[in-house]
Amino acid sequence: MAYQRRRVVNVFAQGVMVGCTVAVLIPLVLIFAYLLFKGVGSLNLAFFTSLPKPVGEAGGGMANAIVGTMILIGLASVVGLPIGVATGVYLAEYGYGRVGWVVRFCADVLNGVPSIVIGIYAYTLIVLPMKGFSAYAGGCGLAVIMLPIVARTTEEMLKLVPNSLREGALALGVPAWRTTLLVVIRTARAGIITGIMLAVARIAGETAPLLFTAFGSQYWHQGLGQPISSLPVQIYTYAISPFDDWHRQAWAGALVLLALIFLTSLSVRVLTRGRVHTAR
Amino acid sequence: MANGVKSDNPPLEWPMTSVSVSRIRKGLNVGDAVFRGLTAVLALVVVAVLGSIVVVLLAESWGSIRTFGWGFLTGSKWDPVFKEFGALPFIYGTLLSSFLALLQAVPLSIGTALFLSELSPGWLRAPVSFLVELLATIPSVIYGLWGIFVLIPWVRGYVSPALSATLGFLPFFQGPNYGVGMLTASMILAVMVVPYVTSVTFEVIQAVPNAQREAALALGATKWEMLRMAVLPYGRTGIIGAIILGLGRAIGETMAVTMVIGNRPEIAVSLFAPGSTMASVIANEFAEATYDLYVQALVEIGLVLLVITILVNALARLLVWTVAGPQTNMRGV
Repeated sequence: MAYQRRRVVNVFAQGVMVGCTVAVLIPLVLIFAYLLFKGVGSLNLAFFTSLPKPVGEAGGGMANAIVGTMILIGLASVVGLPIGVATGVYLAEYGYGRVGWVVRFCADVLNGVPSIVIGIYAYTLIVLPMKGFSAYAGGCGLAVIMLPIVARTTEEMLKLVPNSLREGALALGVPAWRTTLLVVIRTARAGIITGIMLAVARIAGETAPLLFTAFGSQYWHQGLGQPISSLPVQIYTYAISPFDDWHRQAWAGALVLLALIFLTSLSVRVLTRGRVHTAR
Repeated sequence: MANGVKSDNPPLEWPMTSVSVSRIRKGLNVGDAVFRGLTAVLALVVVAVLGSIVVVLLAESWGSIRTFGWGFLTGSKWDPVFKEFGALPFIYGTLLSSFLALLQAVPLSIGTALFLSELSPGWLRAPVSFLVELLATIPSVIYGLWGIFVLIPWVRGYVSPALSATLGFLPFFQGPNYGVGMLTASMILAVMVVPYVTSVTFEVIQAVPNAQREAALALGATKWEMLRMAVLPYGRTGIIGAIILGLGRAIGETMAVTMVIGNRPEIAVSLFAPGSTMASVIANEFAEATYDLYVQALVEIGLVLLVITILVNALARLLVWTVAGPQTNMRGV
């Protein structure tokens, strides 16, 4: 085959790769453009301070949904973080055997379980016995989603801690468990927090597991045993409604939600930058 | 993508104190046993949660399983009013929308991964892979919102008419065009799946030894020939794994699909027609299911969905591990 032709094919193929990358980034740009364009125009003070207005009435805001999302994330963290971090510690420090393999595999499978299925799970275990939608059910559903993410990143981060640190502590007569707590975990602290933030960013936008657990509400939250509104569910309800004003607010809500998630991810970037420097 | 840091530490056996020392200081090692036991119990919670998800779904759908048997999977009629439940339209919808999504996403993802790994200048790699990863952090409901107000009008106004005009002789591109439907759902899914497939493909391509590249180049191959003949075949298994991981994502995706697919429990040949997926029918009808059998049927759909995603994910992981090793960074996938 002529060299000339092979060179043309080569240039063409590389052009296709560049084209693919550009094509992948176009939807991202479009989504951001629309969010900013439609969202900023709809944001006002009332959006952050007032309750939703009754159906069809213009005005109002999503203050209760913003608070609700925070409460749900808090609840999920209280349940999910201790278990997740402890699982990560177990996997990194003792997870060399068969049990470790099983736990690791289950965490990965759990990570792949569709969030809507986790919604059914939380509904059956909590909503049915309590005879009503509640913040507890929503929080527990989200906790199940964050569990494997926290566990696996914690494990990864602890494994980055050099063995010489462990050996040093042990040689000084520190028991293994205190070595883990005081030396290993402390060294990997930034990395563990990174994993936690990643998990929080992920659950902040989850809608499916909340549809029939936390359900949603038009009022300020009335206690954790009651239905509670959240930004994602509110955006969903407003987006599929027939009212223009609600559509406007859905865009504003989406912008706020995305800003929340990006702030979380951004702080992760800053944290990891420090960690990567020290690890290398 | 760039943060797939791998550990060089050999596995450490706790407690590392030797047998004789541990015998002398037996008293001190109580703390170790307690700590190890505590973390082990909490780690087993993860196993218990996964196990109980399966058990709970089985128990909750038992009534439906007993009533319909295997016919549930093959029945194509979903009519809550007459208490007739067949899951085939949803299984079909899930498989078709995911397949179409992969058809669009896979070439783009492989192209992007190749660009990032082989072509991109160093200063461009980090920002571009950051942007691709951003796609994965956008919540599903925001994709859905964008789908309703931007993508649907666009598909209705331009994409579908163009497809009808050029490929209209095929039955897939005929019939009324609402904008909502299988085609739109698959496009949204494609955008959502791209970051996952790209990221794992990138890891797999990076794991191809440089000797492979150098050997091809030394034989006089152009860059593209090197990629096509040395790099891609070497990573083929892993790339297939990446694609299947994307499939797992697409199958379980709920909100965005629910918002744009039209939610009609029918099997239609035309891609312009509204459809429904397993996840979308649960999201749509679960809170409104009025009697036990209805709820049980929906839970059984959840069970089918769970089994499919577990199988798909296990297969994908196995494939990726054979190429890039079990430490491959698949966080969030």
